Amino acid sequence: MQGSEKMNAPQSVAYGAVPDEAVGLDIHAHSDVSGYETTGSPFVGNAKMSARNVNVFYGEKRAIMDVSLDIGENEVIAMIGPSGCGKSTFLRSLNRMNDIIPLCKVQGDICLDGEDIYADHQDAVLLRARVGMVFQKPNPFPKSIYENVAYGPRIHGLAHSKAELDEIVEKSLRRASLWDEVKDVLDQPGTGLSGGQQQRLCIARAIAVSPEVILMDEPCSALDPIATARIEELIDELKERFTIAIVTHSMQQAARVSQRTAYFHLGKLIEVGDTKQIFTMPAHELTENYITGRFG
Amino acid sequence: MTKDRFKNTELIKASLKQRYARERRFQLYGKLAVLAGFVFLFVLLFDIVSKGTPAFTQQHINIEVNFDVDSLGINSASTQDEISKADFSSIIKLSLRAMFPDVKSRGDKRQLYRLVSIGAEYNLRDLVLKDPTLLGQKKDVWLLAHSQAASYLKGQVTRAIPEVERKVKNQQMEWLDRLQDQDRTKSSFNTTFFTYGDSREPELAGIRAALQGSFFTLVVTFLLAFPIGVFAAVYLEEFAPRNRLTDLIEININNLAAVPSIVFGLLGLAVFINFFELPRSAPLVGGIVLSLMTLPTIIITSRAAIQAVPPSIREAALGVGASKLQTVFHHVLPMAMPGVLTGSIIGMAQALGESAPLLMIGMVAFIMDVPGGVTDPSTVLPVQIYLWADSPERGFTEKTSAAIMVLMGFLIVMNALAIFLRKRFEVK
Repeated sequence: MQGSEKMNAPQSVAYGAVPDEAVGLDIHAHSDVSGYETTGSPFVGNAKMSARNVNVFYGEKRAIMDVSLDIGENEVIAMIGPSGCGKSTFLRSLNRMNDIIPLCKVQGDICLDGEDIYADHQDAVLLRARVGMVFQKPNPFPKSIYENVAYGPRIHGLAHSKAELDEIVEKSLRRASLWDEVKDVLDQPGTGLSGGQQQRLCIARAIAVSPEVILMDEPCSALDPIATARIEELIDELKERFTIAIVTHSMQQAARVSQRTAYFHLGKLIEVGDTKQIFTMPAHELTENYITGRFG
Repeated sequence: MTKDRFKNTELIKASLKQRYARERRFQLYGKLAVLAGFVFLFVLLFDIVSKGTPAFTQQHINIEVNFDVDSLGINSASTQDEISKADFSSIIKLSLRAMFPDVKSRGDKRQLYRLVSIGAEYNLRDLVLKDPTLLGQKKDVWLLAHSQAASYLKGQVTRAIPEVERKVKNQQMEWLDRLQDQDRTKSSFNTTFFTYGDSREPELAGIRAALQGSFFTLVVTFLLAFPIGVFAAVYLEEFAPRNRLTDLIEININNLAAVPSIVFGLLGLAVFINFFELPRSAPLVGGIVLSLMTLPTIIITSRAAIQAVPPSIREAALGVGASKLQTVFHHVLPMAMPGVLTGSIIGMAQALGESAPLLMIGMVAFIMDVPGGVTDPSTVLPVQIYLWADSPERGFTEKTSAAIMVLMGFLIVMNALAIFLRKRFEVK
């Protein structure tokens, strides 16, 4: 993908051309924000990842517009917004998962530890080992529980012996608080677990390669409230070691697990701030409308 | 308002009857269609099986053979070479004359000799080669019956047919009756049908050569078509960019699948035999031609199977940092394998049943020897069926149906294997 190529199309034109895919009420009434500026504080001092003027295109369609956002070290940042607002697209561009989508083009700078991840010499495989991902629907490999967790370390050559690999698997499953439930059935297929267990298995798989950042794309949307609560507890524990960016549809979840919250609307980053502030005193009208349930 | 609703209910109720009747009619048509299919299938199978089963038995006649040294022109001191060159048909004739002393005229004698297959002399030769002490002795030996005599013994030809319309004459029937009375005839399972090659004599013709030819041809086809087809499918589906060129390739692959198979035979003749001068009638060329024919099938089914792998698995693998190649070979291809194997086996089954392109490259030649390798001249099962179907003798009619039964047996086994593999590797 063209990495640092700067966006040079006039913004007003692009804004007018955006197809309305958002659901809900009359959004256009609120979206007259050409030449918009993100409200709040998108930048932090200890940024682990930083995005500057990021635009993502699906062919002609501009899905993300001029988003600039920092993700601080060891914080949990939640991204919320109505469907089709681009939050998942933005998340997926943080570990170049969009590379596999034909016609998808990312412009702007996204840095991990100050290094541009879209630079020519950057390797997407290495990047994805450092920035892991958990997906919306639990997607364990159709292999044993052990193999699911061991796969990442094995392909990256992280373990030099069977014993070392066993240790990594156990540690990862423990961190994903799944060990006690599966320690006796490690050779059973991962697809045989319950939905919540599968998602924790996917988290274990992601943390087995010791990433620095974990991206979670609506990790609880396919789970029941009890399984959701367990994942949320887990996220709380994981933030000690990892930086986490989570996309969620549930505002309660964002409020429970995150320190900062970013509100996306029609491809724009409308407001970023401390979670508490966003949910109690939103500064932008669109944010307020969304969190008070007027649309979305 | 309530009145309107009541009226609607009435209207719906009235239309229901018609709707259900329509559904019942449709189901009936469906059942009739399935039934018609079954009837045709049953008629076809019944015809083939009833015609083919007699070919699986063979008839032997017990003759007291006089291993007469003078007629053979050899003696107990003769070398193996001399023995194998001796005329063993002479002692069969001698022995038959001894058993039926009342046969005098030349014509009658010729009919008498026709009771025994001409292959019988080679059996006698082998007996003597194994045990030279037989020379000069008399011994009861079971000799293979001539196909015409066999057709009477099997009851396919009876006296009800006017004599001029049948090959087995009344006289021969009497002799056979006499042999039967003396318990000198027997019927047994026809093992030589599976061990002999083709022959001009129906009782000596077997499908071994065709089976082996089919086997070698399919091996060549599989070795070429499976890897090339699967890798082409993987590349096109997972790695190739989507552009005009790949679109063109896709259209052409789909077109190739619809090209009449004889065209591939002409191609094989022009390119592999005339230009590259590969041997004619050989399973090597047959296999190459059939692999060209099977490739589109394998590519298309493999691509469909790869496409059916959920994208979430690719994302999962890429998400933990697997490279594209690792993603494809560790996860996508294994998950697509049941579909790939099913498609390949169905493609191979198609190749097994194919005859037209092989006619073009000379696999239709009359070949008696069982091929020992991919460059030996040989024929294949469907072509053997075609050759036998062309022969007018009654003996070959049953061989034709028997060969069809064997071919269908293999096809059923292959398709069952495809189903088994799909179930076995299917991931829940």
